[in-house]
Amino acid sequence: MISLQHIHRDFQVGDQVVHALDEVNLEISAGEYVSIMGPSGSGKSTLLNLIGLLDRPSDGHYLLNSEDVTTLSDKEQAETRNRQIGFVFQAFHLVPRLTAAENVELPLMLAGMPPEERKPRVTQTLESLGLTDRAHHKPDQLSGGQRQRVAIARATVTEPKVLLADEPTGNLDHKSGDDVINVLESLNNKGITLLVVTHDHELGERAQRQLKMRDGCIVSNQLNTTGHASL
Amino acid sequence: MHPYNRDVSLFAWRALRGYPTRTILMLIAMAIGVAAVVMLTSLGEGARRYVTNEFASLGTNLIIVFPGRSETAGVNPSTMMGETPRDLTLDDALALTRNYNVQRIAPINVGAADVSWQNKKREIAIIGTNHEMLAIRHWQVAQGKFLPETDLDRATSVCVIGSKIRQELFGPQRALGKWLRIGDRRFRVIGIMGSEGRSIGVDVEDTIMIPVASAQQLFNTPSLFRILVEAKSRDAIEPVKQFVIDTLQKRHQGEKDVTVVTQDAVLATFDRILGALTYAVGGIAAISLFVAGIMIMNVMLIAVSQRTAEIGLLKALGAAQRQIVILILVEALLLSALGATAGLIVGQLGSMLIRHAFPLFPAYAPAWAIATAILVALLTGLLFSLLPARRAAKLDPVTALSGR
Ligand SMILES: Nc1ncnc2c1ncn2[C@@H]1O[C@H](COP(=O)(O)OP(=O)(O)OP(=O)(O)O)[C@@H](O)[C@H]1O
Ligand SMILES: [Mg+2]
Repeated sequence: MISLQHIHRDFQVGDQVVHALDEVNLEISAGEYVSIMGPSGSGKSTLLNLIGLLDRPSDGHYLLNSEDVTTLSDKEQAETRNRQIGFVFQAFHLVPRLTAAENVELPLMLAGMPPEERKPRVTQTLESLGLTDRAHHKPDQLSGGQRQRVAIARATVTEPKVLLADEPTGNLDHKSGDDVINVLESLNNKGITLLVVTHDHELGERAQRQLKMRDGCIVSNQLNTTGHASL
Repeated sequence: MHPYNRDVSLFAWRALRGYPTRTILMLIAMAIGVAAVVMLTSLGEGARRYVTNEFASLGTNLIIVFPGRSETAGVNPSTMMGETPRDLTLDDALALTRNYNVQRIAPINVGAADVSWQNKKREIAIIGTNHEMLAIRHWQVAQGKFLPETDLDRATSVCVIGSKIRQELFGPQRALGKWLRIGDRRFRVIGIMGSEGRSIGVDVEDTIMIPVASAQQLFNTPSLFRILVEAKSRDAIEPVKQFVIDTLQKRHQGEKDVTVVTQDAVLATFDRILGALTYAVGGIAAISLFVAGIMIMNVMLIAVSQRTAEIGLLKALGAAQRQIVILILVEALLLSALGATAGLIVGQLGSMLIRHAFPLFPAYAPAWAIATAILVALLTGLLFSLLPARRAAKLDPVTALSGR
């Protein structure tokens, strides 16, 4: 469902050109669980942002469900992000003045869904992530793990096809990091396509497919047939 | 993908509540602008209404004659030759009574003279006139009588004094029948004016009235300051005005050397001048709205840079550029609307306070000023947040989210 063909992404820094992505070719099928690892600055985030339509390639083609999305207008890209893609960030990025439930409601609100349809979906999503009793708490009243679960709820409330997580456990201790990964994996078990960028080898190795990047290139693309390894 | 209006407003409202200091400062700026417009125009409008009311109290169906051509009447040979205009005389005044449409006339002579009684002495404004003045100006006599009904050219030595002068010169003593010294002559006090008689140019409480012929002797001049002519009815004003002009021209060897104005015309002029003044102060006050607009722009720019991550997030969640623009604009609009409402309330309270402090001064902000102030407030709020909104919409979400 994701197809990257000859993707380049260059950044102009001063009079120097940084090749953040350099001839990336990648096919990901629906329902896959992919981890992306590599040293800092190797282009992992850039790749994920490109797949999430937050960024456009300098060159190459990106097909999402066989549709070339690189040429879409801003409005069409925004719609695609809203319907098909969920983001989970290292820094959570919850809106501090909104409650957990209101944060989760945001993408539905932006999609123009009527309030009476939104409420049950928000409630249900929060419940599936064990956050029912935290629904009316503000982010600063939540632990890191809870915040990231709220962020996951927000990313999945629109029932996207793809979930993109950039170092989702980077700001969490080991225990809540495990919690978050378990949540992500169970979502993958229910059919969502999951891409996780991580520095943690243990976590990376739990994915069915492991990508290793260096200097803007995918240097290894390894299938792990055993599926989720137990810790 | 169109969020509900209610959702957008609610989101903007939460954003405003989320940054109370910023919001309150902006509200104050906007409120000051609107309140300034409301209060200043209410002052202007109050002045206009005050003057109009005062003119109405000047008398009804009045025609005012004064010597010299008015500037607006253009240049005529006599002014070109440097001739001074002929004086208005008592005979002129007398001639003006000879028309069926003329109800009454009052010649007026003014000056100031030292007035003394026993050892108290003061300089006081003196009005020379006749008995008709009382009826023309709707004045009231508190004690005694007004000037006697005599021939205009009889200089009797009587005077009618204002209540304030009575108080100052006589204190608790009886004033009626006493002889005052005015200049080098002596006048018997025959009446004391009521204190309610206050109108433009004349503070009845603080003047002394004597027969016009006595005033001419006192000030040693044959000329009059004004002649007031009261027409029998409103419809008679124009014919009387024409009669006055014709009569005086005939009497002055064909020279049109007097100015004749009707009270209506004077009123209209003042109305126009003070109306323009109200527009002017309203316009000046509106500048503060403009300043508030610039402040809104700055604050919204700061808000956008403070909330880059949030805007990046909204984009990641599927907000198109247009939606971001709308969110920011609605926030600014809400801010301006709240500020304008607060300003309106403050301004109206202010004008109410002015009316309370000066009951004679009808300080009501005109409806057009209120409508314009609110409209300008909303428009500047909207216009000045376009730039911040566009900047927010153009934000690169990747940079915004990475906090780079
Ligand atoms: N907006 C930008 N402007 C200039 N250079 C950029 C920009 N974004 C990324 N880069 C450069 O592109 C390269 C890849 O960056 P990227 O953020 O994808 O790395 P990463 O693999 O996610 O690293 P990390 O593990 O530290 O998050 C880096 O050299 C980075 O400096
Ligand atoms: Mg990164």
